Amino acid sequence: MLSSSTFGDPGKMRDYHYTGPVEHRFSPYSFNGGTVLAVAGEDFAIVASDTRLSEGYSIHSRDSPKCYKLTDTTVVGCSGFHGDCLTLTKIIDARLKMYKHSNNKTMTSGAIAAMLSTILYGRRFFPYYVYNIIGGLDEHGKGAVYSFDPVGSYQRDTYKAGGSASAMLQPLLDNQIGFKNMEGVQHVPLTQEKAVQLVKDVFISAAERDVYTGDALRVCIITKEGISEQTVPLRKD
Amino acid sequence: MALSNVLQTPAAGFNFDNAARNAALEGLFDGRTPTPLKTGTTIAGVVFKDGVVLGADTRATSSEVVADKMCAKIHYIAPNMYCCGAGTAADTEKTTDLLSSNLTIFSLNSGRNPRVIMAVNILQDMLYRYHGQIGASLILGGVDCTGNHLYTVGPYGSVDKMPYLSMGSGHLAALGVLEDGYKPDLELDKAKELVCVAIHTGIMSDLGSGNNIDICVITRQGVDYIRPYQVSEYQDKRKTKYKYGPGTTPVLTEKVVPLKLEVVEEAVQPLDTA
Repeated sequence: MLSSSTFGDPGKMRDYHYTGPVEHRFSPYSFNGGTVLAVAGEDFAIVASDTRLSEGYSIHSRDSPKCYKLTDTTVVGCSGFHGDCLTLTKIIDARLKMYKHSNNKTMTSGAIAAMLSTILYGRRFFPYYVYNIIGGLDEHGKGAVYSFDPVGSYQRDTYKAGGSASAMLQPLLDNQIGFKNMEGVQHVPLTQEKAVQLVKDVFISAAERDVYTGDALRVCIITKEGISEQTVPLRKD
Repeated sequence: MALSNVLQTPAAGFNFDNAARNAALEGLFDGRTPTPLKTGTTIAGVVFKDGVVLGADTRATSSEVVADKMCAKIHYIAPNMYCCGAGTAADTEKTTDLLSSNLTIFSLNSGRNPRVIMAVNILQDMLYRYHGQIGASLILGGVDCTGNHLYTVGPYGSVDKMPYLSMGSGHLAALGVLEDGYKPDLELDKAKELVCVAIHTGIMSDLGSGNNIDICVITRQGVDYIRPYQVSEYQDKRKTKYKYGPGTTPVLTEKVVPLKLEVVEEAVQPLDTA
């Protein structure tokens, strides 16, 4: 389409000529923003997400949380393309029901993680544009966090941030929870109160600098007593 | 005597000297060319009874990350003229600086105050010559001997003269408020309130605009640059203090080099600490 005057001949205008009809590809994906975060403690897990749903420079909704309750001990946070988030959670719910009816027991967090990996890889060549993080309690009652990429690669972590502000949150978590890049600091185990306060502070910071994160923060705290939720307001601008 | 001009008018037509080099660079960067800092932005201006009110938000974004939370988007042009800029931050900064220098030289040469229409002509001429490559969307407001004027100049060189204007990524949100609230010959307080609400609507509805609101009022009597006019209602609510004690970052070696200095001359200037 471009003639050979791309290189050389400075000052001369490039020749533009009409080459025929140009195909403009329709993109099946769109990015709806949002940040999710999960932290695993000794006997608890926290899954938190902001509630802003955006597209381009506009806001679709200020109250669209990204944490989805799967079982009494597992919550999944999904951010990315909202259409795929909704479909994926519907599919996971259906698979959970099928498992319950076949095996007469609820799926454990580890089993859900393994299943989600196969579901995502099943669409390897037209992926779900979703960044997932599962938070819950494992069979021994300890906190567990599993983080995924859009095509199903996953691993168990102590803490993970995903979504649009993940690059801003992850280093702060590495420092405060993982005690990285610090010397002479006592490695105290993370308490539930300190973890919840850290998550709230971290999202307030993310809302300052990431335009896609804001409006409100939904925190789901998973303990053996059940799942409790808290909502904290964030910047709306 | 020819009027000296800081802006050297180059040879006739468009200047595509860098087109070949840019095309080659694009290939090297593999599609991921560095993105310039854009101001996202909501800017607005309103003509009222005694002059012009300009308003702007204070957020500068660098592809969806907030780079500056207290960016100044209302630029000085002349003692009787100010210009709000949206688009690429470097372009608005340099274009308005160049315009201001040119008008200062004109004033000194001719002994006259610059008129708003002159500033508009210079901007239009420059932006059209660069064929949209300079990404500056400007709202220019000022008061001169012919009256109160508000103009907008687009990046391709288009000009519009209106009693109320808005530009930037949040312009549609602001324009809705201006269309609803504008009346000819508004009082100062009503005009400031209208512009403030327009910018605030842009801040809440547009992701590229945010933080505080700056206002600039220009009248025959002078200029009132209020920065910030309205501070953002969202203050830092973090509970924990994240402080690190000395020794958190290990000190591996320490070397002290004393500098031998001679006192050559001493001058004491008392500071007025009122």
